[in-house]
Amino acid sequence: MKRVGTQTITFDNPPTILETSSIVGPKESQGPLAKYFDQCLDDEFWGEKTWEKAESKIIKENVNSVIAKSGIASTDIDFCFAGDLLNQCISSSFGLREINIPFFGIFGACSTFVESMCLASVFIESGGASNALCATSSHFCSAEKQFRFPLELGNQRPPSSQWTVTGSGAVILTFSGTGPYITCITPGKIVDMGIKDANNMGAAMAPAALDTLITHFRDTGRKPSYYDAIITGDLGYIGKEILTELAETKGYNIKNNYEDCGVLIFDKENQDTHSGGSGCACIGTVFSGYYFKQLKEKKLNKILLIATGALMNSTSSQQGESIPGIAHAIAIEN
Amino acid sequence: MKPIETKQEYSNYVDQKSPNSPILKNCFNAFWVGGLICTIGQIIFDFCTFKGADETSASTIVSIILIGISALLTGLNIFNKIGKFAGAGSLVPITGFANSIVSPAIEYKSEGYIMGVGGKMFTVAGPVLVFGISTSVLIGILGTVPISFF
Repeated sequence: MKRVGTQTITFDNPPTILETSSIVGPKESQGPLAKYFDQCLDDEFWGEKTWEKAESKIIKENVNSVIAKSGIASTDIDFCFAGDLLNQCISSSFGLREINIPFFGIFGACSTFVESMCLASVFIESGGASNALCATSSHFCSAEKQFRFPLELGNQRPPSSQWTVTGSGAVILTFSGTGPYITCITPGKIVDMGIKDANNMGAAMAPAALDTLITHFRDTGRKPSYYDAIITGDLGYIGKEILTELAETKGYNIKNNYEDCGVLIFDKENQDTHSGGSGCACIGTVFSGYYFKQLKEKKLNKILLIATGALMNSTSSQQGESIPGIAHAIAIEN
Repeated sequence: MKPIETKQEYSNYVDQKSPNSPILKNCFNAFWVGGLICTIGQIIFDFCTFKGADETSASTIVSIILIGISALLTGLNIFNKIGKFAGAGSLVPITGFANSIVSPAIEYKSEGYIMGVGGKMFTVAGPVLVFGISTSVLIGILGTVPISFF
């Protein structure tokens, strides 16, 4: 393991992504990627009485699913890194309170999924862990309740707003395996370009994604064409366009191989999701469900996964603060 | 395109990149749905006065019926769809006020009847009540004080 450039870490014995699992809610089950997810729910409550309990159940069942799929015993998993969007990360800590694995609760807003994989990779590479579990969740209804308005309120959503993905993504990383490997990580800096509109998260997070993207290329000496796909978490339609254009002004052309999970997960026209999907589970489910299979089948061999997060809450919005963005990147290669 | 360096440049760029709400369509839908709700109110009002109610009673009955319908539709998960379509058309009449109180009551029922329903019921409508009542008190004072001088 060594540092290259200003903020990238490369691994000598890169950790393998052993297995992934994904559970999604009813709306995602009607989206274009439905067939790739492990489990599609037809009820947002999933038999629970509250949205929060439903979200906890989703992450709990998804973690059980990824452990079962991986074939290793839960006692062989050394550490768990998990987080979500609810205050004090209650979905993860309540959902995983019976799992009996040493637990790190982390918060990086929608960047949590890649943040957890960054931390787990370093744990594994350093010899501190043999197997590590990373999991995130988000739920449209619990997120709306916490960040916006009650669901039944008859208001209108602006065209730049995004739709929080209901679901959970989970991965197990291991020290020895046959890939796909996490070859390097570029943890991002907090970047705030002064956007205050909580209904335009893509625009708020795009500068952070740009900073991490450029830093990654500069640190590693790679070019955008090195990767089969460069994938951001939830910039949505507006953020994706902004990142593409801003990258071009800095001399990086990512037009040909750049995708955004928030754009992929919903059908914008028929599902009324405006600027696309968002939430911790957006990149979590799309990577766990779709991209991991593409890597396993060797349809893609080198991807750069960049999860973006908006580090704000409803109080900071009401107090007129701008939205600090963050983006963490990991390179995954066969 | 030139590289963006300052927050102001970025803000201008984002404004240009972000699509605007379809204002004409929204205004048109708000106009006819709002008009329809008011027409329904007027029909109830006329029916009540036709049946012999005085104007004050008829107005009260109209409010009760519209609030009742709005609350019921909120509970049936229908009002939010109307609101999404009509915007201010369903928000500005008393139907919107009823919706703004019933929707948090439903949402926060999971936190119990006292601190959930009771405590959160007015999170959306609270500002309307505070400033609506304050304004009416102010207007009341402004209206009566000059008169008492003469």
